[in-house]
Amino acid sequence: MIKLENISFDHCIKCTVCTIYCPVAQATHLFPGPKQSGPDAERLRIKNPELVDASLKYCTNCKRCEIACPSDVKIAEIIQNAKWKYVKVHWFRPRDFFMSRTDLVGGLATIFSGLTNFIINLKVMKVLMHLFLNIPYSRKFPAYQRGTFTGLYKKKFMQSQKVYEKRAVFYHGCFVNYNNHSLGEDLIKVMNALGYGVDLVDEKCCGVPLIANGYIEKAKKNAQYNIDSLGKTGDAVIVSTSSSCSFALMHEYPSFLELDNSSYIDRLDYITKFIYDEFTAGNIPQMKAVGIRAAYHSPCHLERMGGVIYTLGVLKMVPGLDLVVLNSECCGIAGTYGFKKENYEISQGVGQNLFRLIEKAEPEFVVTDCETCTMQIEMNTKYKVLHPVTLIAMALEEKNKGKK
Amino acid sequence: MNRIETDVIIIGGGATGAGTARDLSMRGVRCVLIEKNDIASGTTGRNHGLLHSGARYAVKDHESAHECMRENKTLRKIAWHCIEDTGGLFVTLPEDDPGYHRLLLEGCRYAGIPAKEISIRKALQLEPNLNPGILSAMTVPDGTIDPFRLTASNMLDAKERGAIILTHTRVSAILKEGSKVSGVSCITKNGDAIEVMAPVIINAAGVWGQEVCAMAEIKLPMFPSKGSMLIIDYRINGVVVNRCRPPADGDIIVPGDTVSLIGTTSKEIPYDKIDDYTIDDDEIDILLSDGEKLIPNVKNTRALRAYCGVRPLVAVSGEAEGRNISRGIVLIDHKNRDGLDGFITISGGKLMTYRLMAEKTADLACKKLGVKKKCKTHKVPLPGSESRFSSGRTVKRFSGIPDSVVGSTFYRHGQRLRNIMTGEKKNYRLICECEMVTEGEIEYAIKKLDVKDLVDLRRRTRIGMGPCQGELCAYRGAGLFHEYGAATPEGSVELLHDFLEERWKGIRPVLWGDGLRESEFTYWIYQGLFGLSHVNNKKKKKG
Repeated sequence: MIKLENISFDHCIKCTVCTIYCPVAQATHLFPGPKQSGPDAERLRIKNPELVDASLKYCTNCKRCEIACPSDVKIAEIIQNAKWKYVKVHWFRPRDFFMSRTDLVGGLATIFSGLTNFIINLKVMKVLMHLFLNIPYSRKFPAYQRGTFTGLYKKKFMQSQKVYEKRAVFYHGCFVNYNNHSLGEDLIKVMNALGYGVDLVDEKCCGVPLIANGYIEKAKKNAQYNIDSLGKTGDAVIVSTSSSCSFALMHEYPSFLELDNSSYIDRLDYITKFIYDEFTAGNIPQMKAVGIRAAYHSPCHLERMGGVIYTLGVLKMVPGLDLVVLNSECCGIAGTYGFKKENYEISQGVGQNLFRLIEKAEPEFVVTDCETCTMQIEMNTKYKVLHPVTLIAMALEEKNKGKK
Repeated sequence: MNRIETDVIIIGGGATGAGTARDLSMRGVRCVLIEKNDIASGTTGRNHGLLHSGARYAVKDHESAHECMRENKTLRKIAWHCIEDTGGLFVTLPEDDPGYHRLLLEGCRYAGIPAKEISIRKALQLEPNLNPGILSAMTVPDGTIDPFRLTASNMLDAKERGAIILTHTRVSAILKEGSKVSGVSCITKNGDAIEVMAPVIINAAGVWGQEVCAMAEIKLPMFPSKGSMLIIDYRINGVVVNRCRPPADGDIIVPGDTVSLIGTTSKEIPYDKIDDYTIDDDEIDILLSDGEKLIPNVKNTRALRAYCGVRPLVAVSGEAEGRNISRGIVLIDHKNRDGLDGFITISGGKLMTYRLMAEKTADLACKKLGVKKKCKTHKVPLPGSESRFSSGRTVKRFSGIPDSVVGSTFYRHGQRLRNIMTGEKKNYRLICECEMVTEGEIEYAIKKLDVKDLVDLRRRTRIGMGPCQGELCAYRGAGLFHEYGAATPEGSVELLHDFLEERWKGIRPVLWGDGLRESEFTYWIYQGLFGLSHVNNKKKKKG
């Protein structure tokens, strides 16, 4: 018998709304849906841990079930917990190990970025990975950039940030650090325009890929490291450009990993919430019309945080932006989920609705907050995907050019 | 009129009746079992499903305690698929008399019950959800037993050995020839009359035995004592938790299948109220507040339903309280008592001693018939328990069907899982999502286990016994009755209506919090969406 603590499943009234909103259950019959895998099965698992279903592995942890639930059952959390508590996994999983260590792999890859990108896209390499690592052949990989964002920051921005009185700490996350330096640069531009100087602190991967691959202890270590590091930043505001990283920093740490993050929780915001607050307080920098038609896709974890409304609020204030708000659909990639051979078809199946909606909207760009959504959409549609911050930076850029 | 000739008639389809039918069939005696409702629908199915170690009786009633322990060992052998070896604890709370602990240990030693004192830390390891403020703890070989499954597999075995089972059939008269009984006449659910002729009649109707005796013009006053229990949404404990004090209300929490039960109260009721099954608010208050003292989580958890059973105690002498009366076995040969030859009454006892009661009754019946065969029920395993399998190994053999479904079906039917689980599609279709009941299991129950309506089906499969109390499975189940030819389309709607009414009876006493929300939703589905009250109105007009 286990000590019973998280008993939110007791509130489930079996309305099955969560299963209606589950993107995986719609895409495949192999997953019986969040109601059955979560609150229903939890009672059985409490009775006998052997009654655990292998189908739990199909859950992407998108958390749309938790948004849908009228009874405040922590369905995705129950499933994640069960997945790693009851299902026995082999200790030797090289693919999952490297996939979840985004900072380790990223750190190595950025040293010889050109070579890495070349090798990883070789057909032979793809076949080998397909065969031996179970990474699907047709999956495209994000390109690695030369050097890290932290290195770039030290060289290029550290000095210029000192003139600002108000300080903001930027939790850049792995994607900005290894794959997308320009988003980091855009963020600094936008923060500067709002009158904030940007600092970086020591940080490790937020832990989302670790949780998704079952390395809960390692995730806890990383989380504690980040909590210590971010806790020491005085009263500076903390922002992040990744919706999933901010979700982990704000919500997964205290509830799923059971760690105390009260030292910074009041100061941390996902970037669009921060910008929205500044904008509505009257701190609006001069922007010029961007003249772009864009389709906005809302990532699952941002929805779970209730952050979509702020992104939309900010985007609406960007002049000259013709915004199509897409119906809320999961793109299917769910972090490392879509990079695994056994999930690839489901992952693509889940995304079909979204891809169709994007094609229909006929935009010039797609806008979204999440880095893995970006990969998925860029792979499956012909459009380039922008982060909301990049869009604002574009509006600012116009202004600078005008001055010149 | 149908007429059946047989050797023995058994009236009452509880555990004792079913056990007697099995015992007699194993000795080659033909028998017919007549039950007015469904098997295990009376007192057998209305207890907390505890596989007693006997420790509860060890201080006051050594004989009962010893009987319990012996039957405990036997049942573990012959009916493992109805039993879960959870182990049991006796814990002393701060407000209890600390001296009772020692008394109980001694009593257990005397009665041959392996009770062992353990440290409080060890008790909390064994059952982490226990109140950490306990003063002392001991382990006893308690477990849980499912009375429905136990009765059903006794019945199945008897049937496979040639016995005839008539459920939903009411005995209307006992036929006599001089000072000997010759048979009974009875009426089925549809109103058909049947006459069953036999030289021996066994009255195993429990607390309803008084009525059966009255039909034979014999006075046998019963002493009805009501016990109420509360069902909690999920297993809040893995080990049976007993309170270490003299028997009183609300002193046990039993983990039964996917739920936990808080038991029991004891209340004397007049005989004409035995079919009412009402639970009073003060009983629920006692169960909740005392349950919380044993396991604090009780206060955060949804109560699913409350129910009560009536103990079949024969008032041999004029004792004052239900709890103090002996729960020993009462076997009456009415030839000696009332001069009516061939009529036997078996009553008293406990679910735990059903097999022993059946053995004694069958012995007497065989003596009357001149059959010399010995009882074998303590050696031959029940259907489902033929040979021992580990759950894990069995579950792995059915790859493709989710482990939770196979595991749950295996838990309910033991080895008879083979008759249910096949590669057919119906085994993938879940009907009851709370308790993992598939269409295949329902088909098996309807065809093989004497299921006549949805309430019967619940007793065989646990359909509708989960947190939603039939909200999502009742209408699917009703549809299947039609599909497998057990009801007409109109008939299946009526089955659905009756089932929901039966569920509602148990929900009503605990209607608050999440249970209330659940009921609102159920009401919305069945009334708002399906308009089910029309059925009721039609019925009333017909009536």
